[in-house]
Amino acid sequence: MIEQYIPLILAILIALLFSLFLLKASSWFGPQRPNPEKLSTYESGMEPVRTARERFSVKFYIVAIMFIIFDIEVVFLYPWAVNLKNLIDLMGFFIIAEMFIFIIILLAGYLYLLKKGALKWD
Amino acid sequence: MEQQTFLNILPILIVSTTTIATIFVEAFYKRSDNLIYWLSIVSLILTLIYSILTINVQNLNFSNTLHSGGITNLFYFVLSLTSLLVIISARDYLLRAKYHHGEFYILIFSSLLGMMLMASSRDLILTFLGLELMSLSFYVLAGYNRKVLFNNEASLKYFLLGAFASGFLLYGIALIYGSAQTTNILLIVNEFNNLLLKPLFVLGLVLLLIGFSFKVASVPFHMWVPDVYEGSPTVVSALMSTAGKTAAFAALIISFYGSTTSQVNFEIVAKIISYLAIASMLIGSITAIAQTNLKRMLAYSSIAHAGYMLIGIASANKLGMSGVIFYLIVYSFMNVASFILISLMENDFEKRISLNDFIGLANTHPWYAAIMALMMFALSGLPPFGGFFGKYYVFLAAIKADLTYLAVIGVISSVISAYFYLRVVVYMYFRTNEERKDIFHTSADNFVLVLCTLFVLQLGITPNLVLDLITRFLP
Amino acid sequence: MTLEQITFIILALIGLTSALMLIIQKNPVYSVLLLILHFFALAGFYLLLNAQFIAVLQILVYAGAIMVLFVFVIMLLNLSNEEALKDPFNLRKIIASIFGVVLILQFGVFFFIKAKDDLNVTISPNSIEAGSIKKISEVLFSTYLIPFEVTSFILLVGIIAAIVLAKRKFE
Repeated sequence: MIEQYIPLILAILIALLFSLFLLKASSWFGPQRPNPEKLSTYESGMEPVRTARERFSVKFYIVAIMFIIFDIEVVFLYPWAVNLKNLIDLMGFFIIAEMFIFIIILLAGYLYLLKKGALKWD
Repeated sequence: MEQQTFLNILPILIVSTTTIATIFVEAFYKRSDNLIYWLSIVSLILTLIYSILTINVQNLNFSNTLHSGGITNLFYFVLSLTSLLVIISARDYLLRAKYHHGEFYILIFSSLLGMMLMASSRDLILTFLGLELMSLSFYVLAGYNRKVLFNNEASLKYFLLGAFASGFLLYGIALIYGSAQTTNILLIVNEFNNLLLKPLFVLGLVLLLIGFSFKVASVPFHMWVPDVYEGSPTVVSALMSTAGKTAAFAALIISFYGSTTSQVNFEIVAKIISYLAIASMLIGSITAIAQTNLKRMLAYSSIAHAGYMLIGIASANKLGMSGVIFYLIVYSFMNVASFILISLMENDFEKRISLNDFIGLANTHPWYAAIMALMMFALSGLPPFGGFFGKYYVFLAAIKADLTYLAVIGVISSVISAYFYLRVVVYMYFRTNEERKDIFHTSADNFVLVLCTLFVLQLGITPNLVLDLITRFLP
Repeated sequence: MTLEQITFIILALIGLTSALMLIIQKNPVYSVLLLILHFFALAGFYLLLNAQFIAVLQILVYAGAIMVLFVFVIMLLNLSNEEALKDPFNLRKIIASIFGVVLILQFGVFFFIKAKDDLNVTISPNSIEAGSIKKISEVLFSTYLIPFEVTSFILLVGIIAAIVLAKRKFE
């Protein structure tokens, strides 16, 4: 059973090796002139004042969480869409209604977050 | 879907449709909070009426995953009644906190949907999803007033520990599925004796029990209870401590009901549950003595009550199971009333209500003092209030099941707990203070309090009426 | 040793090492990257168990979407001063470690001695069929219809939670 995945494993291995090779290749073939200035943060030629790691705004997080929620919705749509013809034969048009309800529930959530300005960047 | 199935699950449909409808209202209307308040009250009343009307029609729907009618409708009734009482009184509390938004009711509705699914589910996957829906809504409700630091603390603590407990529950379900090859509770219950021979199943059962005991707030999974009940908005604590407990116990009763009917070798599980019960009763009652903060005191008392209720499950007979349900009904009314009385005294939301705030309440507000005293008597289990019969039935069940030591420890713990309940009464009636306390009461709160008082009195005077109803519908 | 066993051992090594490194790492961003590696190992396990759809989901949803959230949380908290998070090894931790070790031993004894027969199962050839999207969709939309609809409510609560806790302005 595992044999069917051998091409997949090979593809992953080749991808890994190739990317590792590319990473290493630049240090093999390129010139090496280390200098501490090269590692410091570039701040218009001035001495860096503080760390470049700024605190993120919570807005990014809200967008990310909305993305995940609708990503998971799509995950549920996927098996439905792939097998729709077969499912209609099995259950009739009730299967369409099922997915319709599912989407309406999340549509309510979508309209709600749109109206509350969750996607506004102010 | 046939028409009959549609009618069977109508209570769930009403609640879920209201959730969706209120979200649309909240999205499209500017001043939506009052509209949503009334909408939710109307839909809850509809749910109450419908679940009582169809209580005699018992059915299994959707390939045996969802039960309807009978005991399920009884749970629906209790859960929606508790939510209704909380919602009615929550409006004025939220207006005083200047945090009255439609989302509060939407979240209460989604948690109610989760709880109703837990009570009606006959499939472990659905039970888990219902529990998650309930818990997620509670996490948010606990931190609802995010201006207040306490709320944030409560929400975060509840979420972290709750997610951990959900993990245990899910792992338990996975192991049960692995050993039983099904997640259907009815099929598992039929095979219970054979499955108990499989160690994997026993481990799954224990993990399932851990997950549930977190939700019913029993020792040693009780650490979140005081902090969360104290930190959350008081009306939310009222809902979490009553409806949340009812739903978790409903799921426990459904999972372990098979122990009462057939010749099931329930001893291992009963032993674990009785240890949990003993620890909860003693630790809950003893720790509550040290509390001066009223909400913390009620939180520890909630742990102790979870212990008494677990006695009913451990005794694994019909009286025990119906005793637990009776206890849950009484406890819901007692606790909702106590928490709402506390919420009436809150004005500055950073300040917590302590025992000292109750000094001399009998002089300034005799009626509220009387109701509080009645609730404290009922919680401590003094006759002739409802709380007495709740305890009486589970202790009786324990004696019938040869678990007399559980009943003895229960009585001892009740005696200990009488101290801190009656202390509130002493503070109200026998101490005086010059400073006059305000109670921010409205007719809505008064209505809820009177209703709770009447229910507690009624359950104390004619307990058989309700117990017969419960016993009739237990399968 | 069959090919399955070799793959299992390799995946188990990757999974365990990445999980262990994840906890030991001082830099939270490295932990996140190691977690992704761990998720890939888990996806490999799902493939071994003939759950192809779940394996794809594991990579799409967990390694893809959930990890974005992890990175955002780390940036939101901005844990530049990790020293502040370090607390000394006190009594509480010692007790916790003892309990942890006992629990691990119990699980070990349990799985390798008591439940050995329960675990001794072979993967049936039919399970390739059971893990396919076709089969999953047939079960998900008929037997587990209600759980399926309930998930949408859980997602809905997620949306409301994010807005209530993070977005809503105080009037």
